[in-house]
Amino acid sequence: MEMIKVKDLSFEYIRRDEDGNVESINKAIDSISLEVNKGDFIAVLGANGSGKSTLAKHINAILYPTEGGVWVNGLNTAEDRNLWEIRQTAGMVFQNPDNQIIATVVEEDVGFGPENLGVPTEEIWERVEQSLEAVGMLEFRNSSPNKLSGGQKQRVAIAGIMAMKPQCIVLDEPTAMLDPNGRKEVIATVRELNRRENVTVILITHHMDEVIHADKVFVMERGRVMMEGTPREIFSRVDEIKKYRLDVPQVTELAYELKKAGVDLPDGILTVEELVEAIKRIKSR
Amino acid sequence: MIRDITIGQYYPSNSVLHRLDPRVKLIGTFIFIVSLFMFNTLYGYIVVALFLGAVIKLSKVPFRFIARGMKAIVVLMLFMMFFNLFFTPGNTIFELWIIKVTDNGLRQAVFMGIRLIFLILGSSLMTFTTTPNQLTDGLEKIMRPLNHIKVPVHEISMMMSIALRFIPILLEETDKIMKAQMARGADFESGGVLKRAKSLIPLLVPLFVSAFRRANDLAMAMEARCYRGGDGRTKMKPLRYQGKDYAAYACVLVYFAAVIALGIFGDQLF
Repeated sequence: MEMIKVKDLSFEYIRRDEDGNVESINKAIDSISLEVNKGDFIAVLGANGSGKSTLAKHINAILYPTEGGVWVNGLNTAEDRNLWEIRQTAGMVFQNPDNQIIATVVEEDVGFGPENLGVPTEEIWERVEQSLEAVGMLEFRNSSPNKLSGGQKQRVAIAGIMAMKPQCIVLDEPTAMLDPNGRKEVIATVRELNRRENVTVILITHHMDEVIHADKVFVMERGRVMMEGTPREIFSRVDEIKKYRLDVPQVTELAYELKKAGVDLPDGILTVEELVEAIKRIKSR
Repeated sequence: MIRDITIGQYYPSNSVLHRLDPRVKLIGTFIFIVSLFMFNTLYGYIVVALFLGAVIKLSKVPFRFIARGMKAIVVLMLFMMFFNLFFTPGNTIFELWIIKVTDNGLRQAVFMGIRLIFLILGSSLMTFTTTPNQLTDGLEKIMRPLNHIKVPVHEISMMMSIALRFIPILLEETDKIMKAQMARGADFESGGVLKRAKSLIPLLVPLFVSAFRRANDLAMAMEARCYRGGDGRTKMKPLRYQGKDYAAYACVLVYFAAVIALGIFGDQLF
């Protein structure tokens, strides 16, 4: 069965004036349908205001659909009684690492989720240790979050979600406030979790280089899914991507320009190594 | 400069004091504060100073770190000493125009100043050695009986722990905004009281906006982690009294008895 199913989902932000009359309706999501299988690494790409964060908040039942529906592990997010089970099944990591860490000691923060779930004390300790280990932050368990770098804080936040034993993690632009090193750190951690613990990952981002390892990429613009496919398929369509106010990875763009200029290269080159290989092949011919 | 304020921060270490049950520290601090007002003799001050010194030594928090926090309350202290110095009736020892300094006033000013220092030292020592989470856990447990009269004990303690967690973050932000405004020509340091107060507006408005945004984010993050109030919650670090906690209670009680004894018999003692 699919982990997450979104069917004909629409969501409207309604702005009202002081008397409660509707001033304007902003359709943040416009009849989206998509399915995510268990164990997948999914990336959702989109420029600012494309509705990608709104979509993410639907999966965690923070927002409810105006039309259509969202099912997490078969549970409808619109039904109140499913709320806590959904939030436990699909954990969510947010953009600003400072604003999602509740405790002043790393391990206490990681324990916050299991505490809320009513997990017995000994098991909380086990889970905290396991999740900190999984994100490589075990040695910082007694530190204050204020002393950590952005990437480390974000990894603690991920550990906090992992301690709830979710089957799926939704990351809403987890790297937007990080420096390049922190970004790499977080993405490597997420990929590791996906591969080793078989956690379904939904990564919302606008950084192209973060999605090249995804199983499937969705490109959003104005609340609609405009493109859908493997990273290679998506990045072969450079012109189309640019239309949606997004960039392609530098290597991909270089390869694309070279190809346009007449060099015989394959479509959708994603990494420097691939490009090097392709050029070597041409030279050896 | 604003980051120098250390009151309310936690100083990570592994001393005996850090490992005590937070309830002991809370009740101990309360008794300590009460004890400060139980005597009026020089010997009392000496006993308190000795006790406080021993506790600071035990806590392994560097004195310099503690002293840095004191800078923040210098103004408050001067203010209080000023009123005590000039407005306490007694025998005049010094007179200049309408300003009168009396012997009682001088005595009051000095002793009140010392008391205030003791008070701040004692209570900040509690926050240095207790993580905000432990602190609120302790408070929650001590005040649990109030639940019967419909006081939302868990919610209050959760709010407190979050407030404490965000103090350093908001201070850092204040510093940042201040520098940003100064870079644009804002002047926080010159002019009279009124002008200075006015110049704080461009500092406070963005600070409040950002605090609300953070609160919103945090609430969402907490809900996403299944926070739904205190019912059905378990604890990662449940509070259980141990041998050293009872020993600490005993120490505090001995100290308290000594101070009270000094308060009653101190005058006849020497």
